[in-house]
Amino acid sequence: MSATPASAEVAAPGGRRVQRATLASRVWLILGLLAVAVLAAGPLWALDSALRTLIGFFTLLGFFTLLALATMWNLLAGYAGLVSIGQQAYVGLGAYGLLYFADTLGLNLFLSVLVAGLVGALVAIPTAALAFRLRGGYFAIGTWVIAEVYRLVVSNVSQLGGGSGLTLRAASEYDRTARLFATYELALAVGVGAVVVAYVLLRRRLGLALTAIRDAEASAQSLGVHVFRTKFLVYLVAAFGCSLAGAVIYLNLLRVQPEAAFSVNWTAFMIFIVVIGGVGTIEGPIIGTIVFFVLQETLSGYGAWYLVLLGAVAVLVTLLARRGLWGLVADRTGWSLFPVQRRLQDLHPSEGR
Amino acid sequence: MTWVNDVVQGLLLGGLYALFATGLSLMFGVMRLVNLAHGDLSIVAAFVALAIVDTVPVNPLWTVLVVVPLMFGVGYLLQRGMLNYTLRGGDPLPPVLVTFGLSIIIQNLLLEVFSADSQGLDAGRIEDASIRISDRLAVGWFPLLTLVVGIAVLAGLQLVISRTRLGRAFRATSDDQETARLMGIDNRAVYAVATGIALATVAIAGIVLGIRTTFTPSVGPTRLIFAFEAVVIGGLGSIWGTLAGGLVLGVAQTLGAQISPGWGVLAGHLVFLAVLAFRPTGLLGRTVPA
Repeated sequence: MSATPASAEVAAPGGRRVQRATLASRVWLILGLLAVAVLAAGPLWALDSALRTLIGFFTLLGFFTLLALATMWNLLAGYAGLVSIGQQAYVGLGAYGLLYFADTLGLNLFLSVLVAGLVGALVAIPTAALAFRLRGGYFAIGTWVIAEVYRLVVSNVSQLGGGSGLTLRAASEYDRTARLFATYELALAVGVGAVVVAYVLLRRRLGLALTAIRDAEASAQSLGVHVFRTKFLVYLVAAFGCSLAGAVIYLNLLRVQPEAAFSVNWTAFMIFIVVIGGVGTIEGPIIGTIVFFVLQETLSGYGAWYLVLLGAVAVLVTLLARRGLWGLVADRTGWSLFPVQRRLQDLHPSEGR
Repeated sequence: MTWVNDVVQGLLLGGLYALFATGLSLMFGVMRLVNLAHGDLSIVAAFVALAIVDTVPVNPLWTVLVVVPLMFGVGYLLQRGMLNYTLRGGDPLPPVLVTFGLSIIIQNLLLEVFSADSQGLDAGRIEDASIRISDRLAVGWFPLLTLVVGIAVLAGLQLVISRTRLGRAFRATSDDQETARLMGIDNRAVYAVATGIALATVAIAGIVLGIRTTFTPSVGPTRLIFAFEAVVIGGLGSIWGTLAGGLVLGVAQTLGAQISPGWGVLAGHLVFLAVLAFRPTGLLGRTVPA
């Protein structure tokens, strides 16, 4: 693999250059880094541990883990064409991995989160080997069945608490507020890390390979793109990301039950967020997660109608505005906060006209 | 000898799974569309039948006369008004997203209208009546009827596909949509009829399920998964494979439940995974998954 040049612009023959960043994207990058710094310093300026402050961190924590899950699902479906309805498998594996390593094996609580992520990536290898035999809609249900298999196996293992689940005991060694802040920082790292990983991967050769596969799989393969290997790699990354996020979610919730941890609702939320925000864009899941949280806060009193509305919005967006909210913004403004494409620019526009 | 009884009960259960799988197999065969709301639509049929018997005191078996044409109409309109738009461009993402969204919408609408309570359809004496073959083996009339209906529906569909004009249009659009259109076939109408037929079979399956067991608004996805497993075990694109797949799944679940009650459904999943690993074309499949 050729190294990605450090500078944003690369000289191209014939007085042209390849442009990779725009003024808008640079401004947004700086603003984004500032926002992340402010958020990371959150626990420092939250001097009081009043309940309202703690609830605020609790909400943000949920936001970042959901952002990580949605970004991973977008990488799968929006870029690799792998429409999985089984990502709840990795949320559940992350949760149970955390409990097993922290409580049963006595590993450090926060190190267990990382190990749980690795467990998810490891399980993803045989899962992909089976699920990749199916395509399109059947791949979707196939991944769902495999997630059900993991749920049923966990429910039948008494060491993992069986159907009634387990409580994370190792967490009681830590002060409640300190643990919440540490979990919050982890969630921020996982959420921002997911976006950064997606951005970096898509800017590299993998991004080009994925774009080629998305546009014409057979042609890409004939031009030497390793289709299977590329999709496999994306699947492993998404499994790792979702397992990490699952471990962080349950480091916060403390109580794990197979029905909830392996619930298809996790994937349903990922799908709604990505579809509404804009599938196949890095900005989409960020916008989608914000919209999702605003809707959840305003409509939480309406019970099942909330999910009816969310489903209806997702269906309408898919039918009428396939690139989601961010697609509408980008079409009107030409903005790209995370430019992954390469634009050829004339250095001397006056010549040769 | 209990295992003989288990296998027989499993085969009868498999009849129900084959009935659920028929529509999924047909829609995929004709237009490569996987309807993720398949199971939820069968539960809609069961709830419509429930609403009918709550209003008019008839045996739920008679509701088939109303619910089947109704679901045919729903399928036709669903395909024409919505699903056809997801098939443009050949992108696999929109059909999955739209039918998954529909699945969530249907489940939560049913939850709001009918509550989360378990419901059942009471068909009277036929539910408990059985034929005693020996001390250990008895065959229930209703499960037997289910299997017969399942085979009849599949045989009828096979006849339609191989013998009629409509079946020829199904096969033509399935093989080559572009050429079929050049030959004057309106593929959007053909797709709508295929979805109509699929939902008509789903309606029968839903009512049979409602009579055999209890149902809630949230059991649709499980039905979809069993139907999908029957299709893959039997082999994509094979009508009789779907029947075989349903029977294998039913036997696997019944035998698995004998080992331990918690392992019934899991045993079915494991057979599905084994088929996927060692014989991805399915038991009777001719084509590779497309």
